[in-house]
Amino acid sequence: MEKNTVELPPTSSVTLRVNGLSRQLNIAPWTTLLDALREHLHLSGTKKGCDHGQCGACTVLVDGKRINSCLSLAVMQQDKKITTIEGLAKEGELHPVQQAFIDHDAFQCGYCTPGQICSVIGLVNEGKAKTMDDIRDLMSGNVCRCGAYVNIVKVAQEALERGEIR
Amino acid sequence: MRPFTYTKAADVNAAVQEVSTHEGAKFIAGGTNLLDLMKIDVMRPAHLIDVTHIAHKTIEENDKGGLRIGALVTNNDTAYNELVEKRYPLLSHAILAGATAQLRNVATDGGNLLQRTRCYYFYDTATPCNKREPGSGCSAIKGYNRDLAILGTSEHCIATHPSDMAVALAALDASIHVTGKDGERTIPILDFHRLPGDTPHIDTNLKEDELITSIDLPAKGFPEHYTYLKLRDRASYAFALVSVAAALELDGTTIKEARIALGGVAHKPWRKPEAEAILQGKAATTENFREVAEAYLEGAKGYGDNDFKIELAKRAIVRALEQALKMEAAS
Ligand SMILES: Cc1cc2nc3c(=O)[nH]c(=O)nc-3n(C[C@H](O)[C@H](O)[C@H](O)COP(=O)(O)OP(=O)(O)OC[C@H]3O[C@@H](n4cnc5c(N)ncnc54)[C@H](O)[C@@H]3O)c2cc1C
Ligand code: SF4
Ligand code: FES
Ligand code: FES
Repeated sequence: MEKNTVELPPTSSVTLRVNGLSRQLNIAPWTTLLDALREHLHLSGTKKGCDHGQCGACTVLVDGKRINSCLSLAVMQQDKKITTIEGLAKEGELHPVQQAFIDHDAFQCGYCTPGQICSVIGLVNEGKAKTMDDIRDLMSGNVCRCGAYVNIVKVAQEALERGEIR
Repeated sequence: MRPFTYTKAADVNAAVQEVSTHEGAKFIAGGTNLLDLMKIDVMRPAHLIDVTHIAHKTIEENDKGGLRIGALVTNNDTAYNELVEKRYPLLSHAILAGATAQLRNVATDGGNLLQRTRCYYFYDTATPCNKREPGSGCSAIKGYNRDLAILGTSEHCIATHPSDMAVALAALDASIHVTGKDGERTIPILDFHRLPGDTPHIDTNLKEDELITSIDLPAKGFPEHYTYLKLRDRASYAFALVSVAAALELDGTTIKEARIALGGVAHKPWRKPEAEAILQGKAATTENFREVAEAYLEGAKGYGDNDFKIELAKRAIVRALEQALKMEAAS
């Protein structure tokens, strides 16, 4: 029987700094940061929605900046500080933006929520949103199919007022 | 994604060397366009060269009184840079009208110039497309073409270039510095992207082995009268149907100089200096703006679904010039 196989380039050792821990992985170069987090580190809080940079479900913070982990190669994120939804709560206490999502009832199914939360924190870090319209524009990379937008904007507004970053 | 090998280039020379010696090699910067296209098998590089570790990550004043923007500066860092905001607000506004915060945080200025068309058929590997597969035919000309070009098209391709940043760079007369195995050269922005002609698979005049190192902006930035007007299906996070980068230099109510570049209408940012010249020395009136708009769209051709873009582009030019005159920067 003839086998149609190709030789895959070898996997390599990649070190990611995720939520304060240094994690060593043996992965192929085409592994996205999203797949490395979910499939290899089993941090499944970061969600895969579109896998094409269109929905924001995969948003994580890299050196404090929000990015789409689906459109980034894990191998290119070495030596950077990666924060996922799992890394936000400290000592059993929710991050204020996490708590605000509960207080404002800013989700229904919750699928977009980890990305929304990371995105709000990124928005505060960027410090560019001054008006409600700015919030809507600068949060437009996070789609919510349940349509919880009104309350998400409230969370963002409150977070900007508090200006707290962690 | 298809398997590929990966390497990190330490500097420009190493990157150029790598790309010239590896069959099917491509540079990767932010990866937001390349990885997207690799996931759907439209682009199939065998080897990726990570250029995010090379220098060219700063924005500095150049020796001609303008600015030099490193090719690896991110779109957000460019748009929010103090010098760019103050001296070239048109560029800031155009960049911020594109994509999302997450994307702009990693997307680089070099990569932005080289992003590929958003023509649906280019993305759909089940359909013929001359840009994706030379000689296979163009599905868009007789297909769904609402988003596609009305100027500079050919019978082989009617794709548009989707960048917002490039439209502002065209209005500002930017130039692109590149380094290849034969050395360095500078390409004026208007010569950077190509018209499709009978080789629509070639988007730009950049050679395979050339790396973009920086973008130069001339001293004149039109910070007083400018607008980036982007018309699209929703107010945020959508590509332009038609966009206009407009800038005016005024002497009272007389126009000393006008710059107009259009996006979403052609395979490249569309400038027509001989039409801009109509406004020189003229009064800044709606009638004169309409005259320029007519001249800009001379020879425009619709393909059915996108016929509406011809009148839309004319009105967008008039509105953009009026906004620039009254200085309401909007997008
Ligand atoms: C959902 C979505 C919405 C978007 N909306 C918009 C929009 O509204 N407006 C807009 O303008 N853009 C939009 N974009 C496109 C985005 O701006 C581009 O993807 C981005 O600018 C590409 O930059 P990059 O650094 O990620 O490029 P990469 O993906 O890394 O590279 C793109 C190409 O450029 C080449 N390259 C990169 N750097 C260099 C260099 N220095 N020298 C030579 N070659 C190089 C690569 O080989 C590749 O072929 C959108 C993208 C997505 C995914
Ligand atoms: S317009 Fe160009 S990109 Fe679109 S199908 Fe035709 S050849 Fe392909
Ligand atoms: S999964 Fe990354 S943006 Fe949708
Ligand atoms: S809460 Fe369901 S998608 Fe946002």
